[in-house]
Amino acid sequence: MKGPLLEVKDLKVHYPIEEGFLSKSGNVVKAIDGVNFSIYENETYGLVGESGCGKSTTGKAILRLIEPVVGEVIFEGKDINQISRKEMRKVYKDMQLIFQDPYASLNPRMTVGQLIEEPLIVNSNLNSGERKVRVSELLEIVGLNAYHAPRYPHEFSGGQRQRIGIARALALNPKIIIADEAVSALDVSIQSQVLNLLRKLQREFGLTYLFISHDLSVVKHISDRIGVMYLGRIVEQGTKHGLYDKPLHPYTQALFSASPTIKAESRKERIVLKGDMPSPTNPPTGCAFHPRCFAAMSKCKTVQPKLQNMGDGHYVACHLYDE
Amino acid sequence: MKSYFARRLLQLIPVLIGMSIVVFSIIHAIPGDPATVILGDHATPEAVVDLKAEMGLDKPIVTQYLSYVKGIVTGDLGTSLRTKKPIMDEAIPYLAATIELMLISMIIAIVVGVNAGILAAWRRASWFDYGAMLIALVGVSVPVFWLGLMEQWVFAEKLGWLPSTGRINAREPVETITGLLLLDTTIQGNWIGFWDALKHLILPGLALGTIPMAIIARITRSSMLEVLNVDYVRTARAKGLSELKILYKHSLKNAFAPVLTIIGMLVGLLLGGAVLTETIFGWPGIGRYIYDAIGSRDYPVIQSGILIVSTIFVFVNLIVDLLYARLDPRIKYR
Repeated sequence: MKGPLLEVKDLKVHYPIEEGFLSKSGNVVKAIDGVNFSIYENETYGLVGESGCGKSTTGKAILRLIEPVVGEVIFEGKDINQISRKEMRKVYKDMQLIFQDPYASLNPRMTVGQLIEEPLIVNSNLNSGERKVRVSELLEIVGLNAYHAPRYPHEFSGGQRQRIGIARALALNPKIIIADEAVSALDVSIQSQVLNLLRKLQREFGLTYLFISHDLSVVKHISDRIGVMYLGRIVEQGTKHGLYDKPLHPYTQALFSASPTIKAESRKERIVLKGDMPSPTNPPTGCAFHPRCFAAMSKCKTVQPKLQNMGDGHYVACHLYDE
Repeated sequence: MKSYFARRLLQLIPVLIGMSIVVFSIIHAIPGDPATVILGDHATPEAVVDLKAEMGLDKPIVTQYLSYVKGIVTGDLGTSLRTKKPIMDEAIPYLAATIELMLISMIIAIVVGVNAGILAAWRRASWFDYGAMLIALVGVSVPVFWLGLMEQWVFAEKLGWLPSTGRINAREPVETITGLLLLDTTIQGNWIGFWDALKHLILPGLALGTIPMAIIARITRSSMLEVLNVDYVRTARAKGLSELKILYKHSLKNAFAPVLTIIGMLVGLLLGGAVLTETIFGWPGIGRYIYDAIGSRDYPVIQSGILIVSTIFVFVNLIVDLLYARLDPRIKYR
């Protein structure tokens, strides 16, 4: 088997909390605190978790759209967290991002054609005529028309705008696309259109996705493997079927029980968690989930559990499964 | 676009009419009778009445207003009481001087202000940011006349680098074409004159431009800060664009609308500041012209001066509106 296309090792993003005008207090917000996963070519890795758990931060940290980032991000065997900004700009050729909000992610002062063309100006050798051809081609690929190019983003609907965002991301034939809540802002019917488009593009162009979402059914629909995040860490990881059929971590179980289903027989009793997610400024000791966990033991309060292999590519960080 | 422009011009007509009424009535509300002023305190009452009749001041106020408007429309602003010359001929060179001064001040204010604002937003919470914003705060707080006097004291008096008053060295006059000395000297290839005119412009330009510069810097910074956190700027970064392009192409274009609005408003401030600046620096501009007229109760000049200044303001704001539509494709030419 080939090595992973993208490997994230012990990724951390800590923001300092600024107290006053000049002084910095010692406190930090641990937005993500030691995330590990790998993504193989042509697969879709889904990252789920509730709001504020660090999913989006992980996506942006991989592309270094937020700084500073500690840890290793190995893309095609190279740690892109160590390279200079200038070299990083070349990496963007192979790694692209689709944003959550199709209204905010397109510059309102530029036409759709200009928006899609711009990465080509920076990172390709195409001349002006060839770029125009490529822009039309990209618009057709995502289900729009070439005549849309001279229009401005505000003239399009949410779903169309997300297609523009996808066309832009595809412009340079990237190897991996990080989709950060790419369909959350869309209507359910449009969601499925865009999801199907993403899958079609994956088949046609051999794309790899990191799919970040809070929506469990969307992640289940599109992902091959899934990681569940809680308070800046991955608590469970497995193949789609392994994870959805047999969630091991109490948090994953609670999360899945909260997701509505249509089939009556598959309805389980809902596990209601106590309280809110703790603040990442001051995370609980031991397992970060223990104050809300229905199966917490005394050990959970002191010892932080490590991800352990449960077989079939299923990993979980929970003391319930300790030897 | 053309019909939009035409419509905007038509919309100006009521504005201009309203303006003329206000200007006309302000003068009539001010105490002091022009006829008495001209003839002096010791004039006989008969002489005053005669002069009033000659000037048309005995007619009903509506008639006076109509003849005033008729004058404006035909390009006749009346004659100065002091010099007895037509105001139209007299005002034009003054107006040119003020326009030149304002242009220079605005260029200084926009170039420095916008760039400082961008840098401050880009390197937010850095020493540059704190420093620039502190200077900007001082800049908006300092009165123009104090700044002007300080400049004269430091750069003209102590260092002797720049002339403290006037527009050009009187011994080397420049032939007038447009009235803008920098332009005239360039057309004539008179580089010594150009340099001289520029040197005369720097101090008053800086004095007049400081407050707008500070305001523009602060507005640009806050407007850029908003934009820099938006997803499409992140998109631009993810495209692999250079920071320069991200700042000036993607961000500034979106952040510029409030700055442009403020620039339009600042023209009003500049026109007011011009009176002070021109007085301090002996600048033969429209502000000085009005100022001198006020001193001698030369009321046709005051009236016309205010009218000219407010007309400039109205037209500058029309231009701002048109640019606005240019800048933001979402604003329809409706």
